[in-house]
Amino acid sequence: MLPKQTGERYLLSSSPHAHARRTVSSLMLDVLVALLPAFCCAVYFFGRRALFLAGTCIAACLVTEALCRLAMKRENTIGDLSAVLTGLLLALNLPPDLPLWMAAVGGVFAIGICKQAFGGLGYNPFNPALAARAFMLISFTGPMTTWTASAWQISAGGMDAATTATPLAFIKKGAEGFDWSQAALLKDLFFGNVNGCLGETSALALLIGACYLLCRRTITWHIPFAFIGTVFLFAMVEGGVPPLVHVLSGGVVLGACFMATDYVTSPITAKGKLIFGCGCGLVTMLIRTAPTGAYPEGVSFSILIMNAITPLINRYTQPKVFGK
Amino acid sequence: MTAILTATLVIAAVGALAALALAVADRYLAVREDPRIGLVTAALPGANCGGCGFAGCGDYARALVAGTAAPGACAPGGDAANSEIAKILGVAAEATERRVALVKCCGTRSEAIRVGDYNGICDCAAAAATAGGDKGCRYGCLGYGACANVCPKHAIRIEDGLAIVDKRLCVGCGKCVSVCPRRLIELVPASATIHVLCNNPVRGPEVTKVCGVGCIGCRLCEKNSGGKEAGHFTFNGFLAHVNYENPPADATLVAKCPRKCIKEDPHFEAGV
Amino acid sequence: MKTVKAQFGFRGGIHPQYHKDLTADLPIERLPLPRTLAVSMSQHLGAPAKCLVKKGDAVAKGQLIGERNGFISAPVHAPAAGTVTAVEPRQGPTGGWADAVVIETAEDPSGAPVLMPPLDWKTASREELLARVNDAGICGMGGAGFPSAVKLAPPPDKHCEYLILNGAECEPYLTGDCRTMIERADRIRLGVEIMRKILAGPAVRIAVEANKLASIAALEKAFADIEGNVEIVVLPTLYPQGSEKHQIYACTKRLVPPGALPISVGCVVENVGTVAALADAVENGVPLTERVTTVSGDGVARPCNVLAPVGTSYADLVAFAGGEKDGVRKVISGGPMMGFNVPSLQIATTKTTSGLLLFTAASVFQYSSSPCINCGSCVRACPMQLNPAYISRAVEANDIAMAEGFGVMNCLECGACSFSCPAYRDVTQFCRRAKASIRAKAAAKAAKK
Repeated sequence: MLPKQTGERYLLSSSPHAHARRTVSSLMLDVLVALLPAFCCAVYFFGRRALFLAGTCIAACLVTEALCRLAMKRENTIGDLSAVLTGLLLALNLPPDLPLWMAAVGGVFAIGICKQAFGGLGYNPFNPALAARAFMLISFTGPMTTWTASAWQISAGGMDAATTATPLAFIKKGAEGFDWSQAALLKDLFFGNVNGCLGETSALALLIGACYLLCRRTITWHIPFAFIGTVFLFAMVEGGVPPLVHVLSGGVVLGACFMATDYVTSPITAKGKLIFGCGCGLVTMLIRTAPTGAYPEGVSFSILIMNAITPLINRYTQPKVFGK
Repeated sequence: MTAILTATLVIAAVGALAALALAVADRYLAVREDPRIGLVTAALPGANCGGCGFAGCGDYARALVAGTAAPGACAPGGDAANSEIAKILGVAAEATERRVALVKCCGTRSEAIRVGDYNGICDCAAAAATAGGDKGCRYGCLGYGACANVCPKHAIRIEDGLAIVDKRLCVGCGKCVSVCPRRLIELVPASATIHVLCNNPVRGPEVTKVCGVGCIGCRLCEKNSGGKEAGHFTFNGFLAHVNYENPPADATLVAKCPRKCIKEDPHFEAGV
Repeated sequence: MKTVKAQFGFRGGIHPQYHKDLTADLPIERLPLPRTLAVSMSQHLGAPAKCLVKKGDAVAKGQLIGERNGFISAPVHAPAAGTVTAVEPRQGPTGGWADAVVIETAEDPSGAPVLMPPLDWKTASREELLARVNDAGICGMGGAGFPSAVKLAPPPDKHCEYLILNGAECEPYLTGDCRTMIERADRIRLGVEIMRKILAGPAVRIAVEANKLASIAALEKAFADIEGNVEIVVLPTLYPQGSEKHQIYACTKRLVPPGALPISVGCVVENVGTVAALADAVENGVPLTERVTTVSGDGVARPCNVLAPVGTSYADLVAFAGGEKDGVRKVISGGPMMGFNVPSLQIATTKTTSGLLLFTAASVFQYSSSPCINCGSCVRACPMQLNPAYISRAVEANDIAMAEGFGVMNCLECGACSFSCPAYRDVTQFCRRAKASIRAKAAAKAAKK
C-alpha cells in the first residue's frame, strides 16, 4: 500500500530552469512568415496557380507526415510546422504550370522518402524540398522545365526570344549581342517581372523575408552572405554576364536565404556555414557556366551536393574551446 | 576465333597472376594464430556481452590462450563452456553456478512514493543526480532503465517504475550491476528461489514513510526460517538479506513477511 | 582607484530575463532566529567536516561543531546557541545526503557567543590571517563553496598577480551580492585589504555587471581613497559573466587553460560576499555562520533579501517571505540557471545558498524534448565554445568517449545551451551526465592503481 504523500509534488529537473521559450515550431513559423512576401508575389504574378500549387504541396506534405508517423508508431509531429514549411518551399521551387498531381507526388516524396524514412526532422541528410525537386526534375523533366510568361510583359529590350524561357536558359543558350547590363533588365529581375519558379522571381520579396529572419535571429548571415558573395565573385571573374544578373536571376536568393540555411542539413558552426555557403555558390556557378552541362540553373543541385558533405564540414570545423 | 582465344588467354593470365599473388600472400603475409583460439572461441557462447571484462568473446579467447585470463569468467557459457575451455587449454575446471541478476526492490509506483515529478533525460544516474532522485526511498529502483539499456540480452524491462529481470534471458554478465546508481542489482544463484526485495538499510519508521513494501528489519524471516543458527538471512542495518551460500527454500516465508518484501522468484518470468 | 569598462568580452552567452527588480532595491533583512537549524557538515567543496558534537550537547553561538577534515575542506560552526537534538543524514540543497547537526535554538539567544580573538590585520602576520580564514570556515559563497584558505594559499611556485572580486551575479533573480555591495561596501574594502596582504599585494579588479549601477556607485565611494592598483571593471550584462574563467579574461585578457585553476594564470577570484565575511572573521573574530539569501520568484508572496543563519530550513525562509502562493510547481535552491531543484521545503540552507526561488505553474512547465535540429543555438550560446549539440547526441547514444573528445570536461554547466535549445533538449544535463561518468571512470581507474 502506498504510504501517505506529505506535501505537494514539485517538478524536479536538472538546471537550467529558465528557457528562452523559442521552440522548433516558432522557428518554422518565422520562416513561413518570412516566405509570405515571396508567396504573395507568386500569387500576384501567377495568380490562382500559385495558390493551388502551394495548397497541394502543403497538404501532400502534411498528410504524408501524419501517415508516416502513424506507421512508425511515433508521436505526431505535424505541429512542429516543418512539414508545412517543406510543402511551401517545394511549391516555391516549382514552375507555375506544373500539373497538380505532380506537385502532390513531389510533396509525398519530400516527406516520405527524404525526411521520415531517415527518422523525421533532425535526421534527414538532404533538404527534403530540394531533394524532391531534384527527383521531380528527373521524373517530370518536361513539365518541370516549361515556363510561361508571367502576367507582365518583359520590358527589357531584345529578350523577346526569352518570353518562354528563364533568363538563365537564355544565358546558357549564349545570347550573343544581348545587352546584359541594361537597367531595365536588372529592374525586372529585382522586382520579379521574369519567368521562373513560383518563388524565385522577385529578389526584393525574398530579401525582405531574409531580413526578417536575420532580425529575428532565426538564421545567421553566414550562409546567405557566403553563397551570394561567391556567386557574385565567380561571375565577376568569369566575366560573362554581369554578376548582379547572376545573383538576381534564378534561385540564388531563394536558395541562399531559405534553402541552404535549413538547419538540419547545413553545418552547425559559423566557420562551417561560411564554407558551406561558398561551396554552394561555387557549384551553382560551375553548373550554370559549364559549357558542357545541360542545366541552366544549379542552385538546387549545389545545395544538395553541399548537404552531402555537411557532415564532413562539421567534422573539420568544430569550435575551439575557450582557453585553448 | 581469335577473339575467343584472346579472351580465354587474358582471363587465364589474370587468374594465374591472382593465384600467384594469393600464394605469395599466404606464404609471407599469413598471420600465425594459435589454433586453440578458434577452438576456445567456438566453445564460448558468442554472446559478446563483455561480462568477462573483455571486448567480446574473441578477445576473451585470445586472453585465455595467452594465459592472461582464467577460465570461469564466462557467465553465459556456464559450467559447460568453462569445462570445455579447460579441456582445450589443459587446465582444471572449477564448477561455477549460473548466476542471474536480481533487482532488490519491489517498490512499484503503487507501493513506493515519488517525491517529485522528474523532468529530464531518461537515465537513472541523471535522475539520481537531480535532487537525489524522484523516488522517496533513496535506496530504491528509480525505474529509468539504465540497466535495461546496457543489457546485451534485453533481459530487463521496466514495468510500473521498476526494473524486471527475465531469468531465462539473463546471462549474468553483471553489466547492470555496475551501471545502477543505486547499486541494488545483485548476481544471485539461479537456483535460489526466495529473495528479499529491498535495499533500504535505514530504520523502520523512515522506510514506512516512503514505501509500503520496504524491509524494516523486524527479523521475522530469520525467526521463521529456524533462527540465527540456520543462517538463511544476514542483516545490514535494518535490512534483511538472503544468505545465498545457504538460501532458504521454505516458500511460506513469503506470506509471513509483514512487509511483503520477500518474494518467491519475484521478478522472473513464470515457468522457468 | 578607477572604474573602467571591460575590454575583453567573450563569444557566446545569453540574455535571460533577469527579474532582479523584484528584490534589487530591498534592503537585506535579518531573519528572526528559527527554532531549529540543521547545519550540514558538507557545506563546501571537498571532504565533509568531521562532526564534533553529539545528541544532547549544548552548543554556544560560534562554537566549532565540525572540524576541517582533509586538505580541501572547511570547518563548520554553530550559527546559534542551543541544544543538539540529532546528528543524522539530511538531504542537502544539491540532493545529496550528508550528516547534519540539528540544533534546537535556545529560548534566550542572548548567551555569550564563542568568538575568536579579533585580529588587527595591519600587524598580524600573513600566516595568522590565513589561519583565521581557515578557522572561520570561510568558503566561496558564490555557489561552488571552494574553501578560501586553500585558494588564498597558492603553491609556492605560483604568484597571485590579480585578485578578482566577483560581483557579477549574472544569475537571474539573485540580488544578495548586489545588496551586499551596496550595504557592506566598507566591509568588502576591508576584506580586499586583508586579502591583498595575504596574497602579497596583487592588483585588485572588482568585476561588476553593468546592470548594478547602485552597487558600482557604492563601491566607488568605499574604495575612493584606497591605494595601489585597484579597478572596478564594469562587465557587459551577459550570462554567464560570473564564470571565473570569463571574468579573468574580461579583467586581464588571460585565458585559463582547460582543466587548470585560475592561479595557473596568476589570478585568484573570490565572491564579494565571501570577502565581506572574511573581513568579519578577521576584524571581529566571527566565523561564517550566516549569509544573505534572495527569496524570490512568482511563488512567494513577498520577495526579499534575507540574512539568515546557515541551517535555516527553506520553510522558515518562505514563511518570512510572506509564505508560498498557491500552485507552486518548482523550488530552486540557487539561481534559475545553475540552481538545484529540491523536492520539498524541508531542506536547510548552507554557506552556498545564494537564492531560494519558488515558481508557480505559470512560469514553469513540464516539457518534452524532440530530436536535435542542428540549429546551432547552443553552439552560439556556449561561453566555452563547445559543441553542446554534438555532445548531447553522443551522450544520448551512450558514447561517453566521443563526448569527451568533444571537450565536455570543459563544460561549465552554465545552462546557456539548454536555455536556448528550441527542441527543449536537456543539453546541459547530458553534459553533466557525461562529466559524471568520465569522473567516475577516472576515479575507478585511480582506485585500481
